[in-house]
Amino acid sequence: MHIVVCMKQVPDSAQIRVHPVTNTIMRQGVPTIINPYDLFALEEAMRLRDQFGGEVTVLTMGPPMAEDSLRKALTFGADRAVLLTDRTFAGSDTLATSFALASALSKIGEVFGPPSLVFTGKQTIDGDTAQVGPGIAKRLALHQLTYVARIVALDPDAATITVERRAEGGIQVLSTRLPALITMLEGVNEIRRGTLESAYRAACAEIVIWNAAAAGIGDLGKCGLRGSPTIVKKVFAPSPRAEKVQQLPTADLPAEAVAESVIREIFKRQPAIEGDLVRFSAGQ
Amino acid sequence: MTEVPKQASGPAGGRASTKRELPEHFKAYRHVWVVVECEHGVVHPVSFELLGEGRKLADKREVELAGVVLGSDPAAIAAAATACFEYGADRVYTVTDPALAHYRNEAYTKAVTDLVNSYKPEILLLGATAFGRDLAGSVATTLLTGLTADCTALAIDDEGSLAATRPTFGGSLLCTILTLNYRPQMATVRPRVLAMPVRRPGRHGQIIEHPLNLAESEIVTKILQFIADRDSNKAQLAYADIVVAGGLGLRSVENFERVKELAAVLGAEYGGSRPLVQKGWIAADRQIGQTGKTIRPKLYIAAGISGAIQHRVGVEGADLIVAINTDPNAQIFDFAHLGIVADAVTVLPALTVAFRKHLSVNRLAS
Repeated sequence: MHIVVCMKQVPDSAQIRVHPVTNTIMRQGVPTIINPYDLFALEEAMRLRDQFGGEVTVLTMGPPMAEDSLRKALTFGADRAVLLTDRTFAGSDTLATSFALASALSKIGEVFGPPSLVFTGKQTIDGDTAQVGPGIAKRLALHQLTYVARIVALDPDAATITVERRAEGGIQVLSTRLPALITMLEGVNEIRRGTLESAYRAACAEIVIWNAAAAGIGDLGKCGLRGSPTIVKKVFAPSPRAEKVQQLPTADLPAEAVAESVIREIFKRQPAIEGDLVRFSAGQ
Repeated sequence: MTEVPKQASGPAGGRASTKRELPEHFKAYRHVWVVVECEHGVVHPVSFELLGEGRKLADKREVELAGVVLGSDPAAIAAAATACFEYGADRVYTVTDPALAHYRNEAYTKAVTDLVNSYKPEILLLGATAFGRDLAGSVATTLLTGLTADCTALAIDDEGSLAATRPTFGGSLLCTILTLNYRPQMATVRPRVLAMPVRRPGRHGQIIEHPLNLAESEIVTKILQFIADRDSNKAQLAYADIVVAGGLGLRSVENFERVKELAAVLGAEYGGSRPLVQKGWIAADRQIGQTGKTIRPKLYIAAGISGAIQHRVGVEGADLIVAINTDPNAQIFDFAHLGIVADAVTVLPALTVAFRKHLSVNRLAS
């Protein structure tokens, strides 16, 4: 069974800083990581491979330095890595991204065998859109299973899969046919530590690097900025609320006095809250 | 939706200025639509929030507002349609079919894309829930149009386009996104980001029924079971009247107990900022902010939270924000109403004691 995991290399958002004066992003020195949500997808894919046999290919679209994330995935235990990189892809929105990745997935199918399952994380931590997975599924007519919490059953020979999906207000148990696309929920497994052997293999491995042409993309108008229906009109930092914060005095005051003044001010500004609280308290 | 705005170096980049004229075949697209999320006979409140905002957008564009209601039970659909009218819709498009009994991507994508292709709305809004996020990506890809996820503000710009604002760069900045040359312009908005509109009983509109044209036998994915969440396990953060939350300023998971104690006295829900989830101090469903829950309580108490944009957009709808932080320059004081520059670890227990005392006195008095 062939499984492909789509990953993204993202800036470690915990370390992004905004310049206090110019309000621009200070990108220098921000380290990149594999999008943390994608690691749950990678681990789940490797577990299925270990159970049913086959191969896990990791695929990413990004600049040449995204090779670091692919090599990391090989260290964890992926079998093959494909990097889709081309200036043409710069500025892709989610529609253009799903086009490029779907094209590469088709090419992967031709070269390395068609995947039965495609995995992605539930979203990325930089874009947070959760749109690329469904976009790929639609373009390749893969059965779409988003927010999967657990794979209940998989039968590669019968080409069927049953999963638990996190829905509004509960868990949906869904069954469908392969090939399918799964976006994996976070926290459902823990990425394994790579073995010494996989680390060695990763260090020596040759990463498959494709540009648009190599991935079989003929229509460059569907890529990058040109292929993106959305445009970013402006990027900005929000301005402080017009009404300035009222700082309550705290210097040299005991915590009890501060607390009393906070409560007084809350009830003064929102008188209804006092009544609500008294009713709640009386009902206890 | 543009993930990382690499092209964001200047306002209105190349495409914005070169392709100003909307292609001829899109000029027939008019009116604002909201896809109503109706599961298990109940309309998700986010759908009404979207109708409230959709009404403003439609008025600005001088077009109609419509709800899209899909399902299998005619009575539930009729009730949802009535609610749509009372929350501001002029029309409701319905598709009634046994295959739509519960949400499934294939059937719902077909229903919505068929409706769009038949009736051509210029704006299509969905809630950014598990339902809306699963559906919107498929619909946008099928229609090959632009989709902006998790918007925090929607507006009509000077040229009549939908200007959708959302956090970017992991929530450190905001960006405004347009879909200039494609229709419909699609956006999702998370629950509680928009205010709940006033319901106007007796308000009526026109219902337009549309067939699904898809047999159950053609749908590959089957629902075997639905396991409803037990209410006791669920954090009711999004709709709580009072929320107390903690951040890294609390310094330890033990100190986070002070947040829970204050919440208990106030009958409030408790939550925390994103780093606390990453540290494992709180469950993911208690995260407040852009990637967690958006809240609109009457009172929000933020203890030891710095107030990054991704947190700010999740709490800005609160009526009263009280922030406790040792750093007088913390970003949270940019949008809090009441500020207390002090150590939350000392102030929280003092607040708990003082509230308890205050309420017991009041209870005796009443």
